Amino acid sequence: MADTGKHFPRTMFDKIWNDHVVREHADEPTLLYIDLHLVHEVTSPQAFEGLRLAERQVRRPDLTFATADHNVPTTDRREPIADPIAKQQIDTLRANCAEFDIPFADISSVDQGIVHVIGPELGLTLPGKTIVCGDSHTSTHGAFGALAFGIGTSEVEHVLATQCLQQSRPKTMEVVVSGSLPLGVHAKDLILGLIARFGTAFGTGYVIEYRGPAIRKLSMEERMTVCNMSIEAGARAGLIAPDETTFAYLRNRRHAPPDVEWERATETWRKLCSDPDAKFDARLEFDADQLVPQVTWGTSPGMGADVTGRVPDPADVEDPTVRQSTDLALRYMGLQPGTPIQEIAIDRVFIGSCTNGRIEDLRAAATVVRGRRVASTVHAMVVPGSYQVKQQAEQEGLHEVFLAAGFEWREPGCSMCLAMNPDVLAPGERCASTSNRNFEGRQGRDGRTHLVSPAMAAAAAIAGHFVDVRTFAARA
Amino acid sequence: MKPFVVHSGITAPLNRANIDTDAIIPKQFLKRIERTGFGQYLFYEWRYRADGTPVADFVLAQSAYQDATILLAGPNFGCGSSREHAPWALLDYGFRAIIAPSFADIFYNNCFKNGILPIVLPDQSVQRLFEQVELRGSRILTIDLPAQEVRDADGTVYPFAVDAYRKKCLLEGLDDIGLTLRHEEQISVYETTAPFARSIVSSGV
Repeated sequence: MADTGKHFPRTMFDKIWNDHVVREHADEPTLLYIDLHLVHEVTSPQAFEGLRLAERQVRRPDLTFATADHNVPTTDRREPIADPIAKQQIDTLRANCAEFDIPFADISSVDQGIVHVIGPELGLTLPGKTIVCGDSHTSTHGAFGALAFGIGTSEVEHVLATQCLQQSRPKTMEVVVSGSLPLGVHAKDLILGLIARFGTAFGTGYVIEYRGPAIRKLSMEERMTVCNMSIEAGARAGLIAPDETTFAYLRNRRHAPPDVEWERATETWRKLCSDPDAKFDARLEFDADQLVPQVTWGTSPGMGADVTGRVPDPADVEDPTVRQSTDLALRYMGLQPGTPIQEIAIDRVFIGSCTNGRIEDLRAAATVVRGRRVASTVHAMVVPGSYQVKQQAEQEGLHEVFLAAGFEWREPGCSMCLAMNPDVLAPGERCASTSNRNFEGRQGRDGRTHLVSPAMAAAAAIAGHFVDVRTFAARA
Repeated sequence: MKPFVVHSGITAPLNRANIDTDAIIPKQFLKRIERTGFGQYLFYEWRYRADGTPVADFVLAQSAYQDATILLAGPNFGCGSSREHAPWALLDYGFRAIIAPSFADIFYNNCFKNGILPIVLPDQSVQRLFEQVELRGSRILTIDLPAQEVRDADGTVYPFAVDAYRKKCLLEGLDDIGLTLRHEEQISVYETTAPFARSIVSSGV
C-alpha cells in the first residue's frame, strides 16, 4: 500500500498486513495475498482432492513448495517404507506435486527436512512475506519478520486455488523481554517460561511481536524456537523484527535475493520494523535475567516449572478448573505432588523437531554430551531437522559425539514430536523431549512427555533424570 | 457444505480445559487421504483402552449421550495441532455444534469451513449448562443461529456472538473458494504490483 506521507505509526504486523490486502469490503473478511505456501503430506491430500473434484487448478505453483516430513521414517531412506498408509500419503503428495507442477523436496532429496526448518534454510522464508502451511508451527517463520501462520486443510485448498486467504484482522500484542538469557538458559526456556507464567491462551486472537534487548541478542535459530511455540501460547502468529542478525542468516541462501538486489532488499526489510510510537492492543513484560531452565511436568505446555522447583500439589490450587486439570495431568504423568523436578527419572530422550532440530540446538546438546555416556536406563535419539542440518552436524563431527555417547543418529523428519512414524513412546515411558507439545498421547499412547531445551535433554540423557544443566555442564 | 440454521439435539458434557486436537483425533488416524470416516476415531484414547475395549464411563459411551449432536466443553477447546481432521471427526461422529468458554484460533476457524458452529458462552453460562446436563439430566438444547441464541429445556436463553460473514456462510452453506474466485480480477491486479508475488522458481531453484 502506498505511503501517504502523513505519519501514522504502524506496527510491523500492520505494515505486512496492509501490503497484502487484495480486497477489503465492509462486513466481509479481508482477502489477503499469500507469498509462500508450504505443503506437507498429512494435511494436503484432501485439499488436492477438493481441487480435482471442483476442476480447479493451483493458481501459483511457483509460490508453493512441498516436502514430506510428518510421517517419514527416520531410519535408512533406501529401505522401503514399512507403514503402507504412510507410504500412500507420501506417494500421494509426490503424485499431486507432479500433477499440479509444485516444487517438491522428496524424501531422498538433499533439501528434505521439516518444513519449518527447510523454509528458512533455503531462503524461501523472507522478511515481509505472508507464509502459510497446513501446520500450526508455521509461526516459526515469524522469526524473520514474516507474517506466518498455520491453516486447516480447507484453507490449504483455498490457497492452492486462489493464492489468497479470507482473514479477519487479528489484534496485536507486544511481549517485551528485558535483560539477557543467563548462561545455560536457552530460547526454549524463554518461551516455556513465558507460557508457564501467562498461560496457554494468553495469545489467543493476537499476533505477538517479541521485542526488547533479550530478543535482539538471540540468534536466528533461537528466534525461531521462540516464534515456533507462539502457537502454544494460543497466538495466531509470532513476529520478530528483522535486523543485521536476520540479514546475515539469509545472505546467499538459495532463494534469498541475489547480490545485485541485496541492498535494496535489506533497505525494504529495515522499514518493516514497528514505528517507535506504534500502538499495540496489549503488552506483556518479561525479565530474561531471572529465567531458570524449564521442565514441563504436565499435559499442557503451560504446566511447567523451574528445574530447581517441584511438581505442584493440586490441593494448593484455588481455581477449580485448574485444580482438576492439575490433578488429571499428574495422574496421567504418574507423578506425586511435591516431587523435586530433579528426582524425575526418564526412559527416553528425543532431540529434534521444528522447535529444536537445528544446528545450534545440536551443538548445544553435543557440548553437554561430549565425553560422557548416556545412562544405561535411557534410550536416546537425535533427529536432525533437515538433511542440511544433518550434513552440517556431520561436518562438525557432532554425530560422532552423539554416537560415542550412545545416542541414535537418525535421518531428518518430525519423528517423535508427533509420533506419526515408527518413533513412538511405549505406554508409561517417560521422555525428555525438545519438541513443543506434551499432550496426553502426543508421543505415543500413555507416553509421558517433559518439554525441555536441547541442553537440558542432553544432560537428562547422561544423568538418567532431570538435572540443572547450568551446574551439570561444568561438572567433570 | 451443509447449512446450519436451527438445530436441536442431545448435548454431551466433556468438562475439561484445554482439550487439544491430539485428544480429539490421535495422530495414528491422520494418514487417511479422505475427509470422511474419522468419526470412529473421535476421542479414541479416551473412548477405548489400549486393548480396544470401550471405556464405559467415558461420556460418549453412556447410553444417554449416544446420539449427541452438541458438545459442551471447557476453555481453550481445540488447542494444539491445526489438523482439520479434528472437526472432520466431530462432524463425522454427528456433532453439529460445540459450546465452550473459549476456543483455540485455528480450530475455531476450521469448524466454520465444515458446517460446525462453535459457540463461545461466558464461563458462568457454560457452568450452568454443565449442571443442567450432568446433574439434572436436561440434555436437549436448541441452537438458533439466525437469532444467535442457545435455549435450554427450561426456556433459558443464552445469546451468543458470531461474525456476520461467517454466520451468512453457515446459514447458506457457502463455498469459500467460489466466493473468493468472484474476485479473481482483483487478485490478478494485485499480482501485477505485489512486492513478493515473485516466483520462487525464477529466483533460482
